[in-house]
Parts: sequence; C-alpha cells; structure tokens
Amino acid sequence: MFQTLRLLAFALAFLVAPAWAALDPASVLPLADEDPDVRIEAIRKLTATQEPRVADILGALSNESLGLIDDGRRAVIVADGRMTDAVTGAALGAAPASFEPLMVNNRLRGEIDAALAALKLASPDAATRLAAARALQGSDNEGLLPIVQQAIDKETDPEVKGVLELSAASLALRNPDPALRAKAAADLARSNDPQVRQVLSALVGKGSDGTYAEPDERVRTAAQLSLAEINRRLFSTEIGLAAFTGLSLGSILLLAALGLAITYGLMGIINMAHGEFLMIGAYTTYLTQGVFRQYLPAAFDWYVVAALPAAFIVTAVIGMALERGVLRWLYGRPLETLLTTWGVSLLLIQACRSLFGAQNVEVENPAWLSGGIAISGGYVIPFNRIAIIVFALLVLAAVWLLINRTRTGLFVRGVTQNRAMASCTGVPTHRVDMLTFGLGSGVAGLGGVALSQIGNVGPDLGQAYIVDSFMVVVLGGVGQLAGTVIAAFGLGSIAKFLEPLSGAVLAKIMVLVFIILFIQKRPQGLFALKGRSAEA
Amino acid sequence: MDRRQFIQAGGAVALGASSISTAFGQAKTPIKVGILHSLSGTMAISETALKETALMTIADINAKGGVMGRPLEPVVVDPASNWPLFAEKARQLLTQDKVSVVFGCWTSVSRKSVLPVFKELNGLLFYPVQYEGEELEKNVFYTGAAPNQQAIPATEYLMSKEGGGAKRFFLLGTDYVYPRTTNKILRAFLKSKGVADKDIEEVYTPFGHSDYQTIVANIKKFASGGKTCVISTINGDSNVPFYKELGNAGLKAKDVPVVAFSVGEEELRGVDTKPLVGHLAAWNYFMSLKNPKNDAFIKMYREWALKQKLPNAEKVVTNDPMEATFVGIHMWKQAVEKAKTADVDPVIAAMAGQTFDAPCGYKLKMDEKNHHLHKPVLIGEVRADGQFNVVWRTKGPIRAQPWSPFIPGNEKKPDSPV
Repeated sequence: MFQTLRLLAFALAFLVAPAWAALDPASVLPLADEDPDVRIEAIRKLTATQEPRVADILGALSNESLGLIDDGRRAVIVADGRMTDAVTGAALGAAPASFEPLMVNNRLRGEIDAALAALKLASPDAATRLAAARALQGSDNEGLLPIVQQAIDKETDPEVKGVLELSAASLALRNPDPALRAKAAADLARSNDPQVRQVLSALVGKGSDGTYAEPDERVRTAAQLSLAEINRRLFSTEIGLAAFTGLSLGSILLLAALGLAITYGLMGIINMAHGEFLMIGAYTTYLTQGVFRQYLPAAFDWYVVAALPAAFIVTAVIGMALERGVLRWLYGRPLETLLTTWGVSLLLIQACRSLFGAQNVEVENPAWLSGGIAISGGYVIPFNRIAIIVFALLVLAAVWLLINRTRTGLFVRGVTQNRAMASCTGVPTHRVDMLTFGLGSGVAGLGGVALSQIGNVGPDLGQAYIVDSFMVVVLGGVGQLAGTVIAAFGLGSIAKFLEPLSGAVLAKIMVLVFIILFIQKRPQGLFALKGRSAEA
Repeated sequence: MDRRQFIQAGGAVALGASSISTAFGQAKTPIKVGILHSLSGTMAISETALKETALMTIADINAKGGVMGRPLEPVVVDPASNWPLFAEKARQLLTQDKVSVVFGCWTSVSRKSVLPVFKELNGLLFYPVQYEGEELEKNVFYTGAAPNQQAIPATEYLMSKEGGGAKRFFLLGTDYVYPRTTNKILRAFLKSKGVADKDIEEVYTPFGHSDYQTIVANIKKFASGGKTCVISTINGDSNVPFYKELGNAGLKAKDVPVVAFSVGEEELRGVDTKPLVGHLAAWNYFMSLKNPKNDAFIKMYREWALKQKLPNAEKVVTNDPMEATFVGIHMWKQAVEKAKTADVDPVIAAMAGQTFDAPCGYKLKMDEKNHHLHKPVLIGEVRADGQFNVVWRTKGPIRAQPWSPFIPGNEKKPDSPV
C-alpha cells in the first residue's frame, strides 16, 4: 500500500513539477522533519522535479549547511556566515548566531548521494556522467528509474551507457514483475560494483525467519549465476591486491630499516635510538605542515616534498651530534653502545612528549596522496601506498649510488672493512664515522616522513618499528644492502600472505618463529659479508 | 622517586595556600586523593587527559572551599602503561601516601592488576572508562559504561532501519580482554536476534598493529555478502592507521559504517577526519552536546589547559572518560559530605543513590546496589571537524548490567558486591 502510494506521489510530482516555473518553497520544508521517512520522501520528490536548485539544496543538506529560519518557515543555505534563500538563491545577509544547520545521518547521506548522482546524469561532461552512473549502482530508490531511463535514451558515450544500463538493472531489481527482476539479476553479471554484489547476495540469502528475501525461484537462480560470474572475474584482482599489500608492507619495512642497515650494518653500532630518528622525521613533517598551513596555504599540497630535505637535515644533524657527543667514546663496546642508545631513545621520547604532548599529532595527507586508483570490484590501490613504494626504491637507489659510486662511499666501505688500513692510507676515519652515522640517521628521517603518511605520529612511533627494523637487518645479513632489501620485501609478503589465513596475531608470531629458525640455521643472515674484516 | 616528588610539587601548586594551612589544626588537614593514570607509554595518549581532568576538578573543588572545609591534596603517580607497575603504585598510594580514594586506570588489564591491592588494603577506586563488565567489587565504583550501556544499544541501532539495517557484522578488535569479552557478548546477542554464524566475522590484531591493508580488503570482501557494519574495539594508537586506511580505500560510512567503542574526540585529534564523516561512535557523552552544564565543563577544561600550558592548549577537547572522571570525583565529594568522613566504608555506603547533574545533560545516579552509574546511551556520527553529531539517544539514563545476560551462567550472579 505504502509502496503504491509512494509511486503515485512520485508520479504526481513528476507530472506536475514541470508545470511550475520554480520550486515550491513548501516542498523543501519537510527536509527538516523529525521523521526520517518523511525527509527521505521529500528528497525523492525534490529529485523528481529535476529543478536546477535541487542539486544546491541537497548538496547543502549533505554537508550540513542547510537550515530553517523564521520559525521553520524558510529554508536557507549558510556559507561563510552568509545566508542565501534555498529555494530562490537570493542573498539574505549575515546568518544569525543561533543558526543551527539540519543534521543528516548515513541513511540520508546515502539517499542524497544517489539523488545528486541522478541529477548529474544530465551533465555535459562525460566523466561526471560516468561517476554519477557508477554512484547509482546499488541504490534502492526505484523512483530514480525514470531519470536513469531518460539518461540512457539520451546517452551517446558507450561506456557511460553501459554503466547506466547496469544501474537501471540494479534499480529494476525492485520491480514487482519477477520476469523483469530475473532479467535484471542476469544483466548484473557484467557489473563489478561492490554494492551490486551486496544486493545480489541479499537476494539469494535467507532472512532471519528462514524465508528467502527474494520469493521467486528464477530470480534467485539468475542472481546466483551472476554472483558466481562476478566472483570468478574478481578472483585474480584479489590475488593481485594481496601481492600489492605485501609489496607495500615490504617497502615500509625497507624505509624503516634502511637507515639501520647503514648504522648497524656498516658501522656495527647497535642503535636502539634508531626508531626515534624515524619519529623525529615524522615530527619534522608535522612541523613543516604547520609552516605551510600558516605561511604557504596555496602550496599546501607540496609540504611533504619540502619535508623530505628538512627531515633529512634535522635527523642527520641530531645523528651526527649523537655520534660525536656520545657514541665515538664507545666504539668496540657493543653492550655499552646498546645501553647508551637505549637511554638516548628514552630521552628523545620524553623530550618529544614534553614538547608536543603525549597525544598523537595530526598529519594530513595532501590531496595527491589521498584516495587511490579504483580497480575492479570496488578495490582501491591507495596513492599513498604507491608513492611510498616508489619513494622507498628511490631512497634505496640513492643510498646504493652513494655507497658504491662515490668517493665518500669508497671511504665508508674502506673503513667498514678495515679501519686500521683505511686510516693508514689517509682516510679521515673519524670524519667518515660521523658522516656515515649522519647518513644513516638522515635516511631514517626520510623513512619517518613516509611513515607519517600512513600511521600515527606520536612520541611512541619509533617503538613500533625498532623491532621490525632489527629483524629486517639481521635477517638480511649485516653489512649488505641487497640482503636488507630482500629481507624487507620477503617479510612483508610473508606476513601479508599469512594474515588472511591465520589472522594478524598468529601471522606476527609465525613470522617471528620463522626468523628464529632461520637465524639458528644461518646466523650470518641471508647474505654474509665475504672477505677479511679486521674488526670481526 | 624524583619524578613523583616533582609531580607532587606540581600538584601542590594547585593547592596554593592549603599546604601552609596544615599547621592550623586537624580540621584543615588536607584529604589525600590518588591519581593513577599512565603519563608515559602506549596509553599516555588517552590517560594524560584524565589526569588533567582530575587535577582540574580537584582544583575547582578546592577553590570552592574543599570538602567539609578540608582541601583535597592530589597525589599523582605514573604507572607508565605497565600493568604490574599499576599494582605497585596502587599499593604505594594506599600504604605510604594513605590516600582516601584513587581515581585511575584505563585498560581492563590495569584494573584487574590493581584489584587485589584494593581488596587487600580496603581502598577505594573510581574507574572512569567503558569496559566489558563481568566484574562487581565492593572497593570499586564504575563510572564508565557497562556493555548494555554502550555495545548492545549501538549494535541494535546499526540493525535498525535508521542505522542502515545491517545484516552482517565484522567484529574487529585489539587482542586483549576487553574486545574479546565484548565480542563474546555481542555474538551471543546477535545470535539471539537470529543472525547466523556465517554473518559474523571476528578479527583481532596485536597491540600497536599498524598495517590494516589486508583487514580493510577483507571487510570489503565480507561486505559484498550483504549489508555489513564493522564493530571496532580497536584500542589506543592503532585506530589512526585503521581509519587512514579506511579513508584511502574509499570505504564510505554510508556503505559500510564503522562503529567504535574506544574512539572519541581525543583519539580523533590525531586523524584527518574528512574521509571519516559518518562513521560512528557510541558513548555516554559527547563534547558536541549543547547544554549549560557541558558548556561550563568545556570552558573549565579549556581554561585549565591554557593555565597549565598543555600542548595544543587552544585545541583541547573533552570526551566521555573525562566526563566520567569529573562525575566520579564530584560524587565521591558528595558521599564524603554525606558520610561526614573520608573513611572508605562509610563513603562506600554513602555512595549508593548519589546523584549529580552531569555535563551529558542528565542527572546521573549511582545505583543503590551495583556500584555502576545509570547512564544515557548516545550514538554519534563523526563530523568533518572531528566532533560528533548525535544521531540516536536513549530516552534517559539506563541502569548498568555488569553481568551481561548474554553470557551463560551470569543469571546466578548477585547484583551487588559480596
């Protein structure tokens, strides 16, 4: 009964609306009703009019800038403290201090998004139409069907048309005629939309009372076949995605461990404060963000780029100061080094807590690192993950070139392999020590910038990565960049491969057990440094 | 030892002249109050604000004449997110500092660790955080929510038409006692509502887990089987990477809403909230509530933060456990005034039935029997500015059920401490 009434109301509104020159102000007021069903009804009616103002009104409702004034007799949109009449668009001056915008919840937001998408189908821009058509898949507002049909008839772009037909099919699943429903369910086999998968699964599933949600056998069979088809098509996507997540975790481990591979691997310093260099790098990013927000809001999106040299310099300077001030007195005494650097790490954490507070600070992803590439099936490869993989490889290439292709790199390798001999041939070993430690710390700082884009920035940031970093370096073999790289990507992939099978907790344990067994068998790690080492 | 004295000295500043007044006889002796919150380690992110709230409330009470004319003297200790250290510090507060009452703990494991100490020494603990229930002790007053005041109403809301009519449930938590017990209760509750086992997925991550790619992909896959919601009991730091991943993976609240029980205004300070609009949290208080009591509470905390030069003082927020701390201290004060002594046993007796006009806008009552507050349940959706829009609320405060009826064997448990 309600259904038919609604259809009738919709049909009426659809027929009558074009006769009016403009929107009826009274039709906007139910948007503020107490009862959400009434509000949804009002949204549907407004959408059906296809008046140009409707998109503005619904947009304002969605971002909570629509409200009522004059005791609820007039709807206004407030932007930057200025009111405009929602229906006519006329400016009304400053908003009163007591202005309270209307609230929306997820249900209304979904409804509004579908409505706005339907209204955008008339857009001259094909990309806008395509996005709108995609957004309509999985909507359950069958009232939109005439608008979609209209759009299909007018559509010239084959891609948009294809998506629109799928949207029309998903809306037609609500049709009272089972034959039409079955056809719609069969048509949907071509869709990769996650919402469509959800709608189809709901059709074949049983309700809590044991009856099928879809009464007709044919529709269920069609939906079942479509689902199987979609799942088969998406299987390879899911495997690819799992490989990507492994690669992504590996690149993060690599960035976290690369600095340590230099300080521990090449210099043999067990630097427990390594994690804190990551943390300092992340906080430098936070400060750079603050500077950009304050002084260069126009270039805000590029603060991350500016943070890279800043983080490198800050952490490298702190690292060199640590090396000159503390560590150089402790060379050849690994146990004391370990304790001292641990103490330094506690100092740095507490200093950070006193300066910035115990709470995490907010580091916003710039626009070009937010969101991702949508691949089929509603899966998304986030831009920040891609950027971090690329960045990790760039840093790796830079470090490799520096160590293997420059004169400084030659000194570093010389001092690593035989300090006394290097000193005899005139290499300033103390200066090389300082520079190498500075480089390792600086690379850790770069890692910190990357970590700030995916996780917490807080005083304890470093603690979360120190164990993983040591794991990667020890597994890869001390003194070998190649080992570090393979260990990082290997551990990342293993962890991500195990996680769906065993859960995150067990996966972590299994990785640790694997490393213990591996180190038992091969204490020197994946790659051992060959040749003579005077300080071994 | 040094740090404690240092902090004590800091606390004493709030007392001003009161420490001098000890010379003027017994009537003016300060009443010592212990504050047991982690100021370092993983839980510092959440617990530091509670210490500040407690100090602020105590300073406010002192400024208004103290309790029965006696000033309160806060004794702050730092158990450093280290569970056994909680027990040690609690013992020190009760035996060396001889405090009359302790306000403290956040995680359930820290509360479990101090419980034997409070029972042995007959101390008094006020615990301000929502928790899993299954506990009722004579020496503890619980001012946070029990499962029926948070988890169950939130799940009911998600199942309702307004909440999206969820059919499948992804229970995601950190691996420790609170999420495990809460999910056990929720699973039993969902089953009683006719939800099949295949429509419930339980996933746990280690403390400090930071890579949520696989889990978010699994949520997407799970959601393709029907209208899904995620019920998150992720605690502490891990929430930031989880929500960042959600935002980047394009999982919108209108498709798959996430309701969290441990995420409030304070936790959202570390996150860019724009992609999270519409995700939910269930609490008994939100900073965005509009009423005179709440306005006064927020103003008081802002001024306190500025005066104490807290980091980011101009942007401080209030949250549910802070409100619970504030309410707890005031109720204890009223109970002391009713009992006319700060001794533990008379105060416990006087606590029964205490009421207080709380910032949540309701007159909250301490239950006559079960040591839990009657609290209203509010469900909020995240706004772009990191605050919450209240989209659903109970008609009034509801009574806590510390022994959840959804766990077998609980029906025989007594409703008051034994």
